[in-house]
Amino acid sequence: MAALVRIPTVLRPATGGATVVSVEGATIGEVLDALTATYPSIRGQLLNEDGTLHRFLNVYVNDDDVRYLGGVSAIVAADDEITLLPAVAGGAI
Amino acid sequence: MLQMTADQRDAMVATCIRALPDEGCGLLLGTPDGIVVEVVPSENVAHSARVYEIDSRVLLRAFRRADDDGVQVIGVFHSHTHSDPYPSPTDVAQAPDPAWHYVLVGLRDVATVLKSYRIIEGDISTEEVTISH
Repeated sequence: MAALVRIPTVLRPATGGATVVSVEGATIGEVLDALTATYPSIRGQLLNEDGTLHRFLNVYVNDDDVRYLGGVSAIVAADDEITLLPAVAGGAI
Repeated sequence: MLQMTADQRDAMVATCIRALPDEGCGLLLGTPDGIVVEVVPSENVAHSARVYEIDSRVLLRAFRRADDDGVQVIGVFHSHTHSDPYPSPTDVAQAPDPAWHYVLVGLRDVATVLKSYRIIEGDISTEEVTISH
C-alpha cells in the first residue's frame, strides 16, 4: 500500500528537491527501504548499517513517533502520512 | 540577525532556568528573515546538564503549527549551565539546518547571557540579536 513520506529540508538534496514522496510499504522498515531504493544517497541519513533507525532521525506515523510503535517494525496503513524530521539535539560537550 | 521581543527572550531564559540543573531547550517559530514569532519550550528529553534533545512530539507539533500559521521553524535555543554560551562540538555536529538560528542561553554566571549563532557546514558565526520592547 502507498504511504506519503514528508521529506525535511535537509534531506531534500537526496530526493532531488521532492518534499513529499509516495512509496509502498506495510511497515516503516519497508517504507524506508522503498525510499532508499529510489534515492540511494538518503540511506545513510535514515538507517544504521544494521538496518535500525538512525539515532538522530525522528520518524512519525501520522502523529506518533515510531520509537514508541516498534521502530522499523511499526505498521503503516493505507494513506498514513510518514514524517521524517532530524532530531534537534546538542549540548555543552 | 535575529529579532525578538523582550518577552520572548525572557521566555527562553525562564525555560532554561526551570530546567536546571539540566540544560533547557525549545524551538523558535518565525519568519525567514529572522523575526521570532513564537517561543516553543520543550522538555529536555535527554534530562542532562551536558546535553539536550527536543521532545520529538514538540518538534512535530512545531513544524505542523508553523505550516498552519504560515511561519517556519527558524531555530532552537538551549542553555549551557557550566560553560560559555558558544556552540560546542556536539552542537555543531548535530546542527540540522544551515538556515537555522542557534540561540545559546548562558547560565554559568550570575548575569544571564543570550547569544545567537549561525552554523553552516561546521563554521560558526555570531549574529546580532535585536530585542524590541
